[in-house]
Amino acid sequence: MPVRPRRAAAALAATASIALFASACTGSANNAASDDPKAQTTITFWHGWLDPAEVKAITDNVARFEKAHPNIKVKVVGGINDDKLGQALRAGGSNGPDVVSSFTTSNVGKFCSSGALADLKPFIEKDKLDLDKVFPKVLQEYTQFEGRRCSLPLLSDAYGLYYNKDAFKAAGLDPEAPPKTWSEFAKVAKTLTKPKGDSYEQLGFMPNYLGYETVVEHYMSQWKHNGYFDADGRSTVAKDPAFAEMMTYQKSLVDSLGGFQKLDKYRTTFGDEWGAKHPFHTGQVAMQLDGEWRLNFVKKANVSFDVGVAPMPVADDEIAEYGKGYLSGTIMGIAPQSKKQNAAWELVKYMTTDTDAVVGFANDIGNVPSTLEALKSPNLKFDPRFKTFLEIARHPESTTMDGAVNGASYQETLSALAHKYEKGQVPDLKKALADTAAQIDRDIAATK
Amino acid sequence: MSTDTLPAKEAAAPAAASPGGRNTLRSKRRRNALRTLAFMSPWLIGFGFFFAYPLVSTLYFSFMRYDGLNPPTWRGVENWTYVFSDLPKFWPAMQNTLWLAVVMVSCRVVFGLGIGMLIIKIKSGAGIFRTLFYLPYLAPPVAATLAFVFLLNPGTGPVNSLLEAVGIPAPSWFNDADWAKPALTVLAVWGVGDLMVIFMAALLDVPKEQYEAAELDGVSAWQRFRYITLPNISPIVLFAVVTGIIGAMQYYTQPIVASKVASGVMGGSGATFQPGYPDDSTLTLPQLVYSLGFSQFNYGAACVVALVLFAFSMAFTALLMRRRGGLIGSGD
Repeated sequence: MPVRPRRAAAALAATASIALFASACTGSANNAASDDPKAQTTITFWHGWLDPAEVKAITDNVARFEKAHPNIKVKVVGGINDDKLGQALRAGGSNGPDVVSSFTTSNVGKFCSSGALADLKPFIEKDKLDLDKVFPKVLQEYTQFEGRRCSLPLLSDAYGLYYNKDAFKAAGLDPEAPPKTWSEFAKVAKTLTKPKGDSYEQLGFMPNYLGYETVVEHYMSQWKHNGYFDADGRSTVAKDPAFAEMMTYQKSLVDSLGGFQKLDKYRTTFGDEWGAKHPFHTGQVAMQLDGEWRLNFVKKANVSFDVGVAPMPVADDEIAEYGKGYLSGTIMGIAPQSKKQNAAWELVKYMTTDTDAVVGFANDIGNVPSTLEALKSPNLKFDPRFKTFLEIARHPESTTMDGAVNGASYQETLSALAHKYEKGQVPDLKKALADTAAQIDRDIAATK
Repeated sequence: MSTDTLPAKEAAAPAAASPGGRNTLRSKRRRNALRTLAFMSPWLIGFGFFFAYPLVSTLYFSFMRYDGLNPPTWRGVENWTYVFSDLPKFWPAMQNTLWLAVVMVSCRVVFGLGIGMLIIKIKSGAGIFRTLFYLPYLAPPVAATLAFVFLLNPGTGPVNSLLEAVGIPAPSWFNDADWAKPALTVLAVWGVGDLMVIFMAALLDVPKEQYEAAELDGVSAWQRFRYITLPNISPIVLFAVVTGIIGAMQYYTQPIVASKVASGVMGGSGATFQPGYPDDSTLTLPQLVYSLGFSQFNYGAACVVALVLFAFSMAFTALLMRRRGGLIGSGD
């Protein structure tokens, strides 16, 4: 090729590369709340619900909003998970969402710190909302990160113990006296377990970390601890003895109920967590750690036994805190690229703070209401057993997991250790926890 | 060649002597070059947009802290040191990817070739066998993986029930770190129909007279395969190995579906799904790229892993291209 055209081609390629580079560095978050919330407009709301009854509940809730705000139409898009959400929030674009909701509170740290969700402080201040008077403390915590409030709670989840009262009676246990401490729990779980060959006819409790809701953070809420990070933002899993105590107890439970291999093989016979063949429904397990939503699933599955609910047990020396539990929930926020942020805020404010809206949605979907007013509302229509979960939600010692800039990564790192430990692959737990803490700190540093 | 170019040079000489002629020649060359560029432009645009730009920007972002939202900030080699020294999942992912590239690809090539050789020898009903062996390749990867996880379920799967019934110790397949990759290999070999068809075409193309001559010389079956079949089909073997390795470097769908279903963490659960279940044994480099970039918003580290993947694919391919003769005994 002659010299000049080659130079021309190189220049062309370089120009194209630079132009493309420039276009790649877009998508920065900016608050563009200049729209008129009183104007006729249509906003798009993305949520994650898939179950037809739940989709109907959220659609009805949106319809109530549209009735109260006739100038704002809401286009509802369901079945959105956090990966899709993250990509849409980064890509922006006119077809993207204005309002989003997510079930994963562990991603709030990532969403807030990166600006993937807009800062709600200007809206809250403009409407003079006193969050302390609206939301319980734990719910306020898991919807912000390091002072940046990028989301608000849209209903919440409280975790407790479900147990098969008929199985209790058959085993000679008092069905009205569920275990309150972990040592009582271990005995009850063993009494309820009926081995059959190298498997089980009935298992008292599936303690493995993959037993659906028996995950590290849910167990940890039943041991007194001061969060996953200290004031300097460093991991506390090695410093706080509660983590080692929890893991040691869980491992002893695994060993006493048959060992990891036997339990894990039995776990592979379980039906889907969200289906009618859930092991608690089928009687394969007699006790289950689960969220308040299980009550609705139990009713839908028409189980043949009497179901009892109670708070999860606590450590033996922490009996005074019995009644607490793990709290989580759905969060709601505004896309930073939205050009209709004021209208979007109207929807967020209505769905998260309006008592009637929160109560109506909680009644329809069977979740715990997320505002202090709604928790006391006489309009709540629930199964009497639901009261247990309302009390767990109100308990001052109930906890949640902390946010982090890299989302649930630190929980995954801790869970990886916990999985190895329950399998008996960790000879020195203290050292392993120290290594895990260092790894968590390194991962967070790499993401900051 | 020289007879063609000489008159052209001679013809050009007087024109080049005068300034006007030089200009004419230059503009002619420019026109030719532009025409060439115009013809090449579809490729140039495609190459630029879909290869050069992503590659250069991946390299650029590997030195930056970038979350896809905020402007990138320079981090030097921090992402590189993080991935190589502080990211505990990197080395298992690398090991698994290499395992799959070596074992899974070898098994697929051996089985594809073996089945192809058997089928071309069948006198009647070859069409039925060809179809039977090819059909699994048409199954969507997600559906095929789901079916395999169901069949190989340690608690309820028919394969383990059968093994236990005949007294063979049944492994936990996708639920056991030692068996998860072999189970994925079984799945890959089940879908070997694509290679079988390609090998069949290559095998049918081997000149028959070479086999006839070998038969007259009284060579063994192994010698026939080693000195006639293999050299003749070596380009196809190379093609199968190179594309297999590139495929292994991109292996994502099957391990992620298998680990998700086998772990029971299907979404919406309290448990967070961690790719690689059990014990990172099915974690591959593409999964790590996705996890770092799209779950943790750490584009920089994801770009480092993507570049490692690219370097590996290039190195493997270059090695195979150079060592082709040594590997399969032919300088074809």
